[in-house]
Amino acid sequence: MSGSLNAIVPMACVTAAGIAAMVAEAFRDPGERMPIAGLGFVGLLGAAFGTFLLWGHNATSFGVVSADNFGLFVTGTLIVVGLLSLGISGPTIERERLPGGEYYALMLFATAAMMLMATATDLLVIFLALEVMSLAVYVLTGIRRDSPASSEAAFKYFLLGAFASAFFLYGIAFTYGLTGSTRLDRIGTVIASQAAAPTPMLYLALGLIIVGFGFKVAAVPFHMWTPDAYEGAPPAVTAFMSTGVKAAAFAAFVRVFLSAFEPLRGNWSEVIWVLAAATMIVGTVVGVTQSNVKRMLAYSSIGHGGYLLVALVSGNDFGKGAVLFYLLTYAITNIGAFGVIALLETADRPNDQVGDYAGLWNERPGLAALMTIFLLSLGGFPPMAGFIAKWYVFSAAVKAGYTGLAIIGVLTSVVSVFFYLRIVVMMYMTPTDTPVQFPKVPLMAGAALVVSAILIFYLGILPTRVLDLAAASIASIF
Amino acid sequence: MHFPILTSLVALPVAGATLLLLVRGDEERTAPLVRNIALIVSLLVFAETLLLWSQFHAASGDFQFVERHAWIPAFGIEYYVGVDGISLLLLVLTGFLTPLALLSSWESVHTQTRAFCVFILLLESAMMGVFISLDLFLFYIFWDAMLVPMYFLIGIWGYERRVYAAIKFILYTMAGSVLMLLAILGLAYMHYTATGAYSFDLLKLYEMPIELHTQFWFFLAFALAFAIKVPLFPFHTWLPDAHVEAPTAGSVILAGVMLKMGTYGLVRFAFPLFPEAASYFAPALAVLAVIGIIYGALVAMVQPDMKKLVAYSSVSHLGFVVLGIAAMNTQGVSGAVYQMLSHGISTGGLFLIVGMLSDRRHTRLISEYGGLKKVMPHLVAAFLIVTLASIGLPGLNGFVGEFLILLGAFRWEPRLAAVAATGLVLSATYMLWLFQRVNYGPVTNEKNANLPDLRPREWLVIVPIIAVAILMGVLPNLFLRPIEPSVERMLNHFHRGTSSRIQASVKPSALSPQPFVVEPTP
Repeated sequence: MSGSLNAIVPMACVTAAGIAAMVAEAFRDPGERMPIAGLGFVGLLGAAFGTFLLWGHNATSFGVVSADNFGLFVTGTLIVVGLLSLGISGPTIERERLPGGEYYALMLFATAAMMLMATATDLLVIFLALEVMSLAVYVLTGIRRDSPASSEAAFKYFLLGAFASAFFLYGIAFTYGLTGSTRLDRIGTVIASQAAAPTPMLYLALGLIIVGFGFKVAAVPFHMWTPDAYEGAPPAVTAFMSTGVKAAAFAAFVRVFLSAFEPLRGNWSEVIWVLAAATMIVGTVVGVTQSNVKRMLAYSSIGHGGYLLVALVSGNDFGKGAVLFYLLTYAITNIGAFGVIALLETADRPNDQVGDYAGLWNERPGLAALMTIFLLSLGGFPPMAGFIAKWYVFSAAVKAGYTGLAIIGVLTSVVSVFFYLRIVVMMYMTPTDTPVQFPKVPLMAGAALVVSAILIFYLGILPTRVLDLAAASIASIF
Repeated sequence: MHFPILTSLVALPVAGATLLLLVRGDEERTAPLVRNIALIVSLLVFAETLLLWSQFHAASGDFQFVERHAWIPAFGIEYYVGVDGISLLLLVLTGFLTPLALLSSWESVHTQTRAFCVFILLLESAMMGVFISLDLFLFYIFWDAMLVPMYFLIGIWGYERRVYAAIKFILYTMAGSVLMLLAILGLAYMHYTATGAYSFDLLKLYEMPIELHTQFWFFLAFALAFAIKVPLFPFHTWLPDAHVEAPTAGSVILAGVMLKMGTYGLVRFAFPLFPEAASYFAPALAVLAVIGIIYGALVAMVQPDMKKLVAYSSVSHLGFVVLGIAAMNTQGVSGAVYQMLSHGISTGGLFLIVGMLSDRRHTRLISEYGGLKKVMPHLVAAFLIVTLASIGLPGLNGFVGEFLILLGAFRWEPRLAAVAATGLVLSATYMLWLFQRVNYGPVTNEKNANLPDLRPREWLVIVPIIAVAILMGVLPNLFLRPIEPSVERMLNHFHRGTSSRIQASVKPSALSPQPFVVEPTP
């Protein structure tokens, strides 16, 4: 039923919360404390409720937003991202004296756009969502206006991002020129009829769209912006954008390539194969050489993008399910890791060099333990969620016959363990005479991290429910 | 419903570790309480393993105490555990060594005691899990999870180059095992293409016919993981570092139990899953094993550091185990399983003794010692017994296993057995020379003149080791009785798999299981 507005309920809730946050900021006296984050929580919980109600109904709105289970699963992931990001943002806002209302409003608008991106079934709507999301994230990256690093990061991110958006838009234009539509289902039908003899123009369209998505998911060689942006942004923002943007972009990537462009699989699978291999290798190998924890985790998240691409190129039922499960576990884990970084920052210094972590275990045993859980999960150790997620991806690759990719994947994950453990070595095994002064941990942020850790163990030990949900999500649409 | 005793072996240490995390208070005050809780938990686990042994039907080669629950049904992953004669005594060994490891570090570990005990208990849980898993996915989880606590034990409480050793240990073992993960996934997928359902069930996968070409690759992936763990020459380079830098408790568990997981993996997984590939590669493995026996012994001989010497002796002794497995006959494999236990006891004992010496003197260099016999006669007596056990003196534990292995190897490939046997002579050389340099002669170093003899706690550590060493030497049948039916069953399965296509490499005499009884040595 295309007249219904049901499908946009989750993003509407979040948008409303964003607007409310802006209004609240406008009425806030300078220096007055206002629980604006609470508005975000309410909006996100409303969205969660909406998602729950929509589950299994395949609602569509305007013919271009489809709240199928795939989109709703990603929406759910984004809600988790949003809630955890709100949870860990408090200390950053306090310390940096950021305008709370703006910060939360931007975060909520970005979340709403991500949800739209995950559920859109029209290339133009995907583009719109991508732009809304990107603009909000550019601003968030540079929200520390007096910090040169932050501004530089935002500027780089913006320039390169705008460039990539242009590629994406060109791709859409060519696709429209060839198929006469921007709706994914119609594109799919037309392309299926041309798949036997693809024209050069079709290749061009395909290539341009891959570049556009490749940029947003930080696939090598379109990853150059990632380390700078992740390092320059406040860690709480990095936590949000390294997970939310990736989740939304991958959702759209999967939807476009495994539905509209599925008939051309023979033509794009090799390209994605190479991207996946390059992304895994560059992400992990360059990660080894980093001495800044944020840059290290930036390369790590590039590497994780590579595993997601493996799942995407596998394209079978496992692969699609693996994308969903991986996005969820990666989101929780990465937010946790950046959350710890955010909590260690002080007003005078970022404490983001690997060496700054020396002796953390003695100073803040709880934070060190949490960080260890997050890092080990990123490294793929059982019984953490990261292991199940990687296992799911590699099963998809083995099943699809991409043994080579699977071998690259497991070996790079061993390499990645090396740099995750560097941080662990610092925290536990490096005594220091001059320990860094770490700030106190606020209750809410601490709670968000503990919840993340619990979820990681839950998904690692009892993944059945969520795995089944992920499998059910892809069964209905592709 | 029966009491899920196998699950409790895994769960009890985790519960103990959780309990320890709840202990509040500063280090000084809580350390004794924490140590005692950990010790009590580990003793309870040991009692459970003994209970398991007493209720085990030794005559049956089947898996017993089986527990089976669906875990991730969509992928046919189950929580499926059971124990047979091969794993039973390894569980008992794990249960036996963990309390000793805790006791051995009673005083030497004085920082972060709570975390130390937590990691030891988590490690115990994972090790138990490895030995009881009958689902390949579950097995891999425990296999990988085991690395983390060990990494922390080496990295936090180890000696000078601990961080290097810890990272080398974890990366080496992981690099080997990830390819095994892919092979496991491949097996499950093959089961899916054959039957329409995924399965990681070991017993089902045993029965699945696998194409020869695939077998070769999968066997190599499994064998690499296990060869690194054993460690088989030339994959052994992580071991001296890890052993030397680990705290005593870590070395004891590493040498006593974790190395056995490599050889256990060969017996339980690599050989029976891929019988044809295994018999194709068995000679190569055996040659590497024999090289390891000789090489390990020669390198051990020239070590200036006691711990390193014992570490290289492990390379040598584990070579025997692999040789016995490669022979794939009753004597060879039974001997190999027996030798796994026996090596756990004797090398565990050696590391404990070296730990006691280095606790006193804070050095492990042989040249720093000399003439200890006069200073601490009791400790030296214990040292002597453990040394002789390690050499394989008849009447002690080391003899039975090595004898059986050589017998099995001789029936399979006399030339290899002949070369391997020289390893026994070499082991006598390096161990007795070590013993002589440390304990005999005049007291050359002032600092050794007033060292205290065995303390009550150390008596508690070393007496059980010696008792078991003698028991295993005098009553080997007590231990062989549960082992042999399971070994027979495994061999029957293995030779059924190979006899179809590769006949040549297995001699007919090895095909028919023969009754073999070891007379108790006087």
